[in-house]
Amino acid sequence: MSAVPAPLPANAEAEGSALRLRHISKVFGGVHALDDVSFEVRRGEVHCLAGENGCGKSTLIKIITGVYSPEAGAEIEIFGEPANHITPTASRRRGIAVIWQDLALFPEMTVAENIAFDTLVGGLPRRVRYGAMRAMASAVLERLGVSLDLGARLRTLPIAQRQIVAIARALAGEARLIFMDEPTASLTQSETDSLLALVRSLSERGVAVVFVSHRLAEVLEIAERVSVLRDGRLVGVFDAEGMTQLRLTELMTGKTLSHAVAARDMSAERPVLELDRLGRDGEFDDISLTIRAGEVLGLTGLIGAGRTELAHSIFGMTRPDRGTMRLDGRALRLHSNRDAVAAGIGYVSEDRLSLGLIQQQSIADNIVLPVLAKITGRAGLISDRKKADLVTHRLHEFAVRIGTPQDPISTLSGGNQQRVVLAKWLATEPRLLILDSPTVGVDVGARAGIFEITRKLADMGLAILLISDEVPEVYFNADRILHMAAGRIVAEHDPRNVTLSDLEAAIYA
Amino acid sequence: MRNLIEAYRKTFGTEVAALLGFLLMVLVVFSLTAPRFLSGANFGSMAFQLPELGLLTLAMLAPIISGGLNLAIIYTANMAGLTLAWVLLQFGGIDAGPGAFVLGVAAALAVGAAAGAIMGLVIAYIGAHPILVSLAMMIFLRGLGEFLTRGGDISGFPTYLAPIGHGSVLGVPVPMLIFLAAALVWHVLLGRTRHGFSVYMIGSNIRASEYSGIHTKRTLTLIYTLSGMLCAVAGILMLTRFNSVRVGHGEALLLITVLACFLGGVDPFGGFGKVAPVVLALMILQVLSSGLNLLGANQHLSTAVWGLFLICVMVLRWVGARLTQMQKRKGE
Repeated sequence: MSAVPAPLPANAEAEGSALRLRHISKVFGGVHALDDVSFEVRRGEVHCLAGENGCGKSTLIKIITGVYSPEAGAEIEIFGEPANHITPTASRRRGIAVIWQDLALFPEMTVAENIAFDTLVGGLPRRVRYGAMRAMASAVLERLGVSLDLGARLRTLPIAQRQIVAIARALAGEARLIFMDEPTASLTQSETDSLLALVRSLSERGVAVVFVSHRLAEVLEIAERVSVLRDGRLVGVFDAEGMTQLRLTELMTGKTLSHAVAARDMSAERPVLELDRLGRDGEFDDISLTIRAGEVLGLTGLIGAGRTELAHSIFGMTRPDRGTMRLDGRALRLHSNRDAVAAGIGYVSEDRLSLGLIQQQSIADNIVLPVLAKITGRAGLISDRKKADLVTHRLHEFAVRIGTPQDPISTLSGGNQQRVVLAKWLATEPRLLILDSPTVGVDVGARAGIFEITRKLADMGLAILLISDEVPEVYFNADRILHMAAGRIVAEHDPRNVTLSDLEAAIYA
Repeated sequence: MRNLIEAYRKTFGTEVAALLGFLLMVLVVFSLTAPRFLSGANFGSMAFQLPELGLLTLAMLAPIISGGLNLAIIYTANMAGLTLAWVLLQFGGIDAGPGAFVLGVAAALAVGAAAGAIMGLVIAYIGAHPILVSLAMMIFLRGLGEFLTRGGDISGFPTYLAPIGHGSVLGVPVPMLIFLAAALVWHVLLGRTRHGFSVYMIGSNIRASEYSGIHTKRTLTLIYTLSGMLCAVAGILMLTRFNSVRVGHGEALLLITVLACFLGGVDPFGGFGKVAPVVLALMILQVLSSGLNLLGANQHLSTAVWGLFLICVMVLRWVGARLTQMQKRKGE
């Protein structure tokens, strides 16, 4: 095992650790999901657990919360007390709470009911005291320094506020160590910032937080220390200070990734999409831009800047109120996204789980969905042979690692799902591809793969509009960058003439 | 032996293979226990009884796959039958010519299609829940029908209609032929056409389908329209079988059609389900009911057996899924 660059300070014992694990192994069917892993969280610390999908992060959390039991030889200490047989209830009683990515809340119940839920269940049936429940919920929210409508049904709240409810619920259960699994995956930049502030204030109050996240920038911003797992082994524990994203990525993947600006000058190429003073009431206005053949145009900005709204209008999902669009020099008038698909525009949605793919259905069916006309044979019937040919061809092109094309999408990893989305849109043989936050929920190693594909597609002559709120993504992968704010384009940058930190400062300012 | 079973499962698919096995089992059990079960008369009577429920079940199947439900099937069928009866009565009732019948059938199909189209339009364009929309349509059609008929029977149709409900061609009952034809059309429509493909995708995730360029509104409208037309076929068949029309006839079949769909492996949440297993499920239900009848069991008991049977099937499916999962793990 590699050296541990952040040895425990001498007073660690005095402060005491919230959680200390040694020799944790877990074997599933002969495969070591975890191999002799040690993990320690100090009281009140913000600790980050980093690693690619399948590195053993979730297994480790499940062992700590008593869902799985570790192999013999494991030592577990929770707040200084040995705990070798933990069950989910025991783990909660000792002050450990996990906020899973899907939050595990009750959408039809109110904010107050959700927060007080754990204190209500169990034991004999008794009357629910709504007054006490509301008092408790409002006390917890006050401690967090946030105000929410206690009577609002959870499903009416935006995801960021549901996140807060989940945290409040953990605190209501007297949690002293909170695990947060990908808490920012579906949050916007500003929501992420306020969540990070919340995590900091928890830590100041002595609640330890273990942060599991793919987003390295925020990992380094929030955490004091980072434990990196790879292939079920602990790579090491590192101080967040002085660590760079690049170094962390290399530790997680075990690979050296090239991080160089890929921008080229494409101004001589023929324009594919031209927008002239496009506007839609309440969403965006005065948008003029040109994307050329083979060009990757980055579009970034804070949330609410109107990026996705603009993409929806280019894709024909909504109709602009003003301005004109031209595709390959011809005026483009879209009545629905079917017109856009027919005209050669593909749109990879930011919400892959519910809009990009049909999770329950097969890989093959998802790929042919936008191109049913292409697999229709004589008499208007779908030809199985044409369908199989098209699917094999597209999967081969993207090197998607799958069992069979008949497997449901839900069996694939995030990275492979995103490849299938790309394969699906490539099957429509588009001239313009809109990629809206293509790496959300995809781990670091697979992200590089997606951008490799993007670059390859651009080299084939496709015009690509790359939308992302992660500035480094557009910086390293786009030829030009447009900065959008409050529905308008406020600046254009050339990655070759600006440093990443200047660009980030300009956008987050 | 194991390879044989594997090959058999591969040819038919697990679902169809399991249902075929079930059908064989009930056939064998009743052949051994009920003395007159293995007779031409019994099979003939089963083949006359099945199509009515069968057509209605197919009409229920397509909306379920699209992620909805059509609770108005029975009254759509009644209303279509009523339309045909009205046209025949206008042309002299028992003396009405074949031309009147053709006109009446066209009118009945149009009424069925209209009822379905209205539901489809409301569901697709207004976004109302299919249960509420089809429930409202069911109440509307029932009320309208009872108002028009004053709750009574309408009869007195030309005698040349009898062969449609009671005749046979080459030993196969005409109603059965109509049902098999409808099942074949449904099989091709759902399994091989773009429209059918879209129905499955919409059933799983309507918004993702829309983002992929599927015309979801048109697809939904069309599938309810077709469901309504199939109800009309069932209504016409019921008229010829009973030589009368009464609003409310077949009411008890409504939930049985849902049961037959689920027995045939249709996903109650939409997106999955095929015609062939549903046809097999219908056959199993028919054999169970006829066999029990021959054994002298009360008709109500056979309904109870259907319910019990469905519960058993759910348990068995669960066990089957667990077994394959365990096998997979062992394989790893």
